Amino acid sequence: MILPDTWWGWLLDYVIVFASGGLLCALAQILIIRTRLTPARILVLFLIAGIIMQTLGIYEPLSAVLRSGIAVPITGFGASLAKGAIETALSDGPLGAFAGGLIQTAYGVGIAVAASYVVSVVFKPKSK
Amino acid sequence: MTDNAERNARYGKYVEWISPKTDYTHSLVKAFVAGGLTCVTGEIARNLLGMIPGVTDEQAAVFASVLLVVAAIFMTGLGVYDAIARHGGAGSFLPITGFANAMSSAAMEFRAEGLITGTAVKMFSVVGPVVVNGVVWSAAAGVLRYIVALIWGTI
Repeated sequence: MILPDTWWGWLLDYVIVFASGGLLCALAQILIIRTRLTPARILVLFLIAGIIMQTLGIYEPLSAVLRSGIAVPITGFGASLAKGAIETALSDGPLGAFAGGLIQTAYGVGIAVAASYVVSVVFKPKSK
Repeated sequence: MTDNAERNARYGKYVEWISPKTDYTHSLVKAFVAGGLTCVTGEIARNLLGMIPGVTDEQAAVFASVLLVVAAIFMTGLGVYDAIARHGGAGSFLPITGFANAMSSAAMEFRAEGLITGTAVKMFSVVGPVVVNGVVWSAAAGVLRYIVALIWGTI
């Protein structure tokens, strides 16, 4: 946390998270209304935006301020992928670029796959 | 004939009046609030997990997103997430919870076609593009930064 460790510092931290996360989602909503882009395309766009920001080195300083506001939207997933790919490429050589992203995001993806599998066995889909 | 045209014009106006307005600002505000609240939930989880001795802020962020993912998948199973998504719009699919919801709802929807040919095949039918683009573009990012480091002479 870069804000002072006082009650208003904490509050401001949450206000920034709410505002930045909300703005990103509002931007995606504008894209839905104004263009013919489907949700899947918008997800990929924001994902690539996160990867580009990480590659250029502007994601880390941004996420130090916005924290979960930029890390919880799909931009954070893209940034994690790129972070892992870059770090592994620099430490293990260029082939590491193909493994690093998956290693970095393996917790989330692995648990999401397992949990989705379990849920599909346990729950019946609600009729719409 | 003119009578008919006039009636058509009147009917057109009536249709315009009665059909639900795609309320632009309203949906923007709802997306903003839904997205903002999801991020705040993640931030609360991250700060609480960060208080555990020996857990770094970076690890806390990973655990927090795992928590969000599991919660979203469980809520999808209960049918709660769909109710939120109906209002949240982009605010409910852009955060990582939307990614989890897309996976689990596809898995559930095609469960009837079997665990292997249904659930396992269709699980990535929505989020597949995200994973594929993520792997390809991040690999490109890694190779690019490797080449830059080579030229810069830092490796």
